[in-house]
Amino acid sequence: MFYREAGDFNTSYAQDQQTFPIKFDRYRYYLVLFVAIFVIPFVVNDYWVNSLFLPFLIYAIAAIGLNILVGYCGQVSLGTGGFMAVGAYACYKLMTAMPEVSMFIHILLAGGITAAVGALFGLPSLRIKGFYLAVATLAAQFFLVWLFNRVPWFYNYSASGQISAPERDTFGILITGPNTEAWATYMFCLIFTIGSALVARNLTRGSVGRKWMAIRDMDIAAEIIGVNPLRAKLTAFAVSSFFIGVSGALFFSIYLGAVEVGEAFGIQKSFLVLFMIIIGGLGSIFGSFAGAAFLVLLPVLLKIVGVDWLGWPTDIVAHLQLVIVGGLIVIFLIAEPHGLAQLWRVAKEKLRLWPFPH
Amino acid sequence: MPEQLAFTIEVFLNGLMAGVLYALVALGFVLIYKASGIFNYAQGVMALFAALTLVGVMEGQVPFSHLINAILGTEVHHFGWHVPAFLAIAFTMLVMIVLAYCVQRFVFRYLVGQEPIILFMATIGLAYFLEGVGDLMWGSEIKTLDVGLPQGINVWIDEFTFNATGYGFFIDNLDIVASIVAAILVIGLVMFAQYTKQGRAMRAVADDHQAALSVGVSLNFIWILVWSLAGFVALVAGIMWGAKSGVQFSLSLIALKALPVLMLGGFTSIPGAIVGGLIIGVGEKLFEFLIGAPYLGGATENWFAYMLALVFLVFRPQGLFGEKIIERV
Repeated sequence: MFYREAGDFNTSYAQDQQTFPIKFDRYRYYLVLFVAIFVIPFVVNDYWVNSLFLPFLIYAIAAIGLNILVGYCGQVSLGTGGFMAVGAYACYKLMTAMPEVSMFIHILLAGGITAAVGALFGLPSLRIKGFYLAVATLAAQFFLVWLFNRVPWFYNYSASGQISAPERDTFGILITGPNTEAWATYMFCLIFTIGSALVARNLTRGSVGRKWMAIRDMDIAAEIIGVNPLRAKLTAFAVSSFFIGVSGALFFSIYLGAVEVGEAFGIQKSFLVLFMIIIGGLGSIFGSFAGAAFLVLLPVLLKIVGVDWLGWPTDIVAHLQLVIVGGLIVIFLIAEPHGLAQLWRVAKEKLRLWPFPH
Repeated sequence: MPEQLAFTIEVFLNGLMAGVLYALVALGFVLIYKASGIFNYAQGVMALFAALTLVGVMEGQVPFSHLINAILGTEVHHFGWHVPAFLAIAFTMLVMIVLAYCVQRFVFRYLVGQEPIILFMATIGLAYFLEGVGDLMWGSEIKTLDVGLPQGINVWIDEFTFNATGYGFFIDNLDIVASIVAAILVIGLVMFAQYTKQGRAMRAVADDHQAALSVGVSLNFIWILVWSLAGFVALVAGIMWGAKSGVQFSLSLIALKALPVLMLGGFTSIPGAIVGGLIIGVGEKLFEFLIGAPYLGGATENWFAYMLALVFLVFRPQGLFGEKIIERV
């Protein structure tokens, strides 16, 4: 009944190739956008934005970025935290060096710088494959965190070694610093999230994305049919790092406001984003959102249930959270290696025939 | 002998000792990887879990006491007995075997034939799970582990080198013990793999699952055996590191230290793990001492091993002793 192609006639090539070819799907997508843009900003308060929407939107960007690298191009990376740190510190340096420039430009530039760093650390991927590469990306993770910790130029010689975002606005609306409005920060992140999703979705269904997937499925075979592995792998690293850098910049400047590099961008962050794309689904943009939503919601829910309802001490709830997250990952890998996105696909397939399954 | 040279030699020796401990952790990885193709990220957490269990048993702690107290409102903490070290170690080993069985029975049995990267991610999930369970069972505060290993400066070496060179070397007794234990362990494992029936079956599984199955080797049993062995290695590593720096969360991070060792030595080679461990141990200590601390602001140990392994891999992608990777379309 739902998600049916029947009666949905395409009369031009543009219609035939649109992102959501099924009318029902398209309307659902417009509805989500409408709610996100025209409803949520008017009803949210600080608590909702800071504990749910901002982390969700920002992690969704990071998950999209990592999904491009791991899910589409098959290059496993454990350096996400380090690349987010690059984005954050690039954004910080730009914000303090050029206060009058709009934050939009800073964030995009920070993404660009991260893309360059990412491509640099992607170079070994041409020689090293599989696990060896995964471990090699840890070199990026540890080296970058160490670098931002030890070289005072990056944190402008501040005594604490932290970086904190000064007040900056865009189009006259304050979006960083302590005196921001909830809706402003939400909208700012939302714009980047929607933009990232659009770009990623269209990249992955174009020729670039097909090359990535060819490399993922078997790089030697891809090379034989004419995919240049150097360009494919490095573009994957660069594009992925761009998104991760943008999310790192937003994470620092909009969400946290002040950051200590080892704490905010340590190896745990790399794993967190990796879990998001595993639970959400490798090689799926929707999966990136689903995974991010899941892992942002889970701790909040656990905290509400464990601490507020049952009255358990916070440390027990934190440990339980580890157990549950770890257990869920294993269960997901066993039951559904393709993640929430696959469940969504199956549900769609079922809904198409419902209520007459034959 | 000039002071600087003596210092360097001392750093070198300490690096060797640290390298032995890295090799010990790396060994656990190699065992599992060889036999089942699983890259076990949880090895470090297994070491932590083993050490936590050992301390908990020795102190007579009630498992899950925090959780029980929170749910039932009781105040139980200790059984009130102290278990001697060797008994506690034996009991912990039993726990690790049960763990190995559970891991095989409830996780990896369902993942046979999956891509290696899926298996790897499953072990990351397992690592989180175990870490949470360990903390819930025994509490997350830092504990001291004392199984009666000698600690502190080795006076004999100190005096001997002072008489010979005019500078007394500082070498920890614990490091010496750890090196000896690691050496015994490695020799034992190699003997086990070479000369026993189970060891031969293990190598057969490592070589080719299907061929091993066809001549009647039980894959299930071998995998449980291998996970138990890895648990044993984790226990030994946990005791050594735990005695050195206390039983706490950072113990699980030694897994991260062992990864570059593996890259350097190759994932499939036991001698590789040893040589890689020694190279990394010596390399990072010497680099920190000669270049890192004076010129780069210190704490280079965090990333030096990775960078070394990374540069090395660019020239030899399968590591020092790893099997050559042959890819076919």
